[in-house]
Amino acid sequence: MATERRFRVWRGDAKGGDFHDYTVPVEEGEVVLDVMHRLQAQQANDLAVRWNCKAGKCGSCSAEVNGHPTLMCMTRMSDFPPDDVVTVSPIRTFPVIRDLVTDVSFNYEVAKRIVPFQPRPMTEEEKEAGSYLLAQEDIDRLQEFRKCIECFLCQNVCHVIRDHEENKRNFAGPRFFIRNAELEMHPLDTADRRDQLQDEFGLGYCNITKCCTEVCPEGIHITDNGIIPLKERVVDKRYDPIAWLGRKIGFAKDQRRL
Amino acid sequence: MADIESHDYDVIVIGAGGAGLSAVVQSAAAGANTAVICKSLLGKAHTVMAEGGIAAALGNVYPEDNWKVHFRDTMRGGKMLNNWRMAQIHAQEAPERVLELETMGALFDRTRDGRVLQRDFGGHQYARLAHVGDRTGLEMIRTLQQNAVAKGVDVFMEHCVIDLLKDGEHVAGALGYRKETGQFVVWRAKAVVLATGGIGKIYKVTSNSWEYTGDGHSLALRAGADIIDMEFVQLHPTGMIWPPSVRGILVTEGVRGERGVLRNSEGRRFMFDYIPEYFAGDYADSEEEADKWYTQRTETGARRPPELLPRDEVARAIAAEVEAGRGSPHGGVFLDIASRRTPEEIKRALPSMYHQFKELAGVDITKEPMEVGPTCHYVMGGVRTEPDTTESSVPGLFAAGEVAGGMHGANRLGGNSLSDLLVFGHRAGRYAAEHALGLERAPHIDDAEVERLTALAVEPFERDEGENPFELHAELQDTMQDNVGLIRNEEDMKKGLEKIKELQERARRVRVIGNRQYNPGWSEALDLRNLLTAAEMVALSALARRESRGAHTRRDYPETDNEHFGKVNHVLRLKDGEIQLNEEPLPQMPEELRQLFEEKR
Repeated sequence: MATERRFRVWRGDAKGGDFHDYTVPVEEGEVVLDVMHRLQAQQANDLAVRWNCKAGKCGSCSAEVNGHPTLMCMTRMSDFPPDDVVTVSPIRTFPVIRDLVTDVSFNYEVAKRIVPFQPRPMTEEEKEAGSYLLAQEDIDRLQEFRKCIECFLCQNVCHVIRDHEENKRNFAGPRFFIRNAELEMHPLDTADRRDQLQDEFGLGYCNITKCCTEVCPEGIHITDNGIIPLKERVVDKRYDPIAWLGRKIGFAKDQRRL
Repeated sequence: MADIESHDYDVIVIGAGGAGLSAVVQSAAAGANTAVICKSLLGKAHTVMAEGGIAAALGNVYPEDNWKVHFRDTMRGGKMLNNWRMAQIHAQEAPERVLELETMGALFDRTRDGRVLQRDFGGHQYARLAHVGDRTGLEMIRTLQQNAVAKGVDVFMEHCVIDLLKDGEHVAGALGYRKETGQFVVWRAKAVVLATGGIGKIYKVTSNSWEYTGDGHSLALRAGADIIDMEFVQLHPTGMIWPPSVRGILVTEGVRGERGVLRNSEGRRFMFDYIPEYFAGDYADSEEEADKWYTQRTETGARRPPELLPRDEVARAIAAEVEAGRGSPHGGVFLDIASRRTPEEIKRALPSMYHQFKELAGVDITKEPMEVGPTCHYVMGGVRTEPDTTESSVPGLFAAGEVAGGMHGANRLGGNSLSDLLVFGHRAGRYAAEHALGLERAPHIDDAEVERLTALAVEPFERDEGENPFELHAELQDTMQDNVGLIRNEEDMKKGLEKIKELQERARRVRVIGNRQYNPGWSEALDLRNLLTAAEMVALSALARRESRGAHTRRDYPETDNEHFGKVNHVLRLKDGEIQLNEEPLPQMPEELRQLFEEKR
């Protein structure tokens, strides 16, 4: 029961490109990624598409469909009226390599700068049990952040870098605020990342427009549950006069759990 | 070789899933200059899809569990064709590896007293799978990925390996290309770890992603390594079947571990009709007994539900129900958890299943049953390795994870893959580093060979007409699905082999359009060679095993033949450009392990 549907797909590379029109048969229940594959197999063998799992779990196939940043594997064709022309273009914040594939190496460079996980030593009781003893509530609390599939759609829509290439040097982006939030709230971690967050990663640039939260395919409340608590922690450390005094006279070395 | 970029390392690891990243972390920790090469972006490898958990006899939920029970379950699940030493190492070291992952930052669900919670899975006598909801693979890959990055390992993302290079008998590195530019790259290395995963893309209905093209299996074969047990390809009993575009996507065994049951179109829990003689006595014979098992097994002595039989048994049962006309509307059966648990429990234990069905199929699994059917999931066969070191028959070439053979015998138990990746990935990294650091000189790269291989690789661009690589791949998938699938017979397999030969011939005339920059047509053309080699290995081995055992089911030889085939591995080697198959004796386990199978449980 295939129906012929019309598409406009951006083709090109770093030097430039434009939209090409295609008509592709679409079967029941298909997603945009299925159509890109059929197009590739039958009409345009060299159409560059990045993908892996086709089940919304790996975060590889990010693109902009009708201008809306999304995972192609989770965007069903039935969401569009049959007569509509569906436009598919690469995500905008990162440089195009070719067609729908962009250079997301910015994200991997930021990841290298994150202060790694530093676990506390085991307690005597834990040594005896042979494992860390943790409460399920502590695990549950972090699951939201750890669900992140690194599709970088949040990075793509964040206006701090979407329209300001120059900010990339000083801004980690929502994905890496979530990564930091996850480490900061990890029940075993002992490192302090608050100065780095403010000074190197530009946490202060975020003015909580929540674009990242809206686009997250995993439904992570990036701003409310991640960025805002991080901002509060930074404020507590830097601007709380009692904590400041404590640091000056050598007490309260680490208040991060307060 | 002006056009070729080159790098020098002690150890290169090909593949960045659970096994590859485990190897990378250990190799770097051992002081070897290490790089990892992966076809996708870092963190996207197929391990992210693993849902259910990591099998390890931690004994946190059932203190009576220990490595011997895990070893025994693994061997029985593999129908005793497993390499006993690999199964032993695996069962002994898995608990340590799980706990180590937590020291690296992973978090698993907890028991009430704060230890790692364990979940029931098919074929495991005790609740044994460490997990976090149903996204254990993601937890594992992120943890390993972040550790590898923190160790400063060089990562070659979106680079594909074309062939391994050798210096005499010893491995010397690899030749590949960078997808972004099409640039050829040579990595010279004193040791190479293959961690390339499986071959799932030779089938049409598969849970595997595009990367699963049998690269490691074929690279190793071409480099002269022994490949074993390729007839054993696991069909996971529960893949999605509707709508067509999601056909094959995995539905975790965790659904059954969390009390989900399989029903046919008459609403009957049909698995009670399919308990084989081999496992009779271990499984409940009434629904009442089976349901007691989930929560009161210790008090009541209830046996486990037959939905938790090993995967090969469940996959065959589903196929039989469909064939008997008792299937679901789209040709599968029903997997029902909605009637068994509350919506809150389901969303908590199986969040990504809930999400997957809701988004992709429009099915609310807290309200209605899922439609499921078998999907190609895993290959038990692979590179023959020395169990303790993971070294292949080629000096300096190591293999870990799905690409290695022997560990799982004729059928893998659920949960034993993630633990396999951790245990043997760890060992591969350690021993590859040791090997590399012990070599006196770096191997020599044969420039002429590199030039021959690169010339061959660009040939498809030079043709004005020729075959479409995507079309050849699709034909291969149809062939394997129809002729070397779940239920096999000689006639079909011979037909399959003929077709594979024909496709190999046509693949020599494949044509690629465009240029080398991020060109999926070119990648497909280069992958075709590996796909066809992997398919040929599966078909050859399957044809030669004239019995039914584990995942290998023959309509023409339905019996298990312990006298002959129970005592041999099929070993594949390349000789004068042809794949040769030999029967070789299965390594025999020492008496003290053998006794585990005779003692009363």
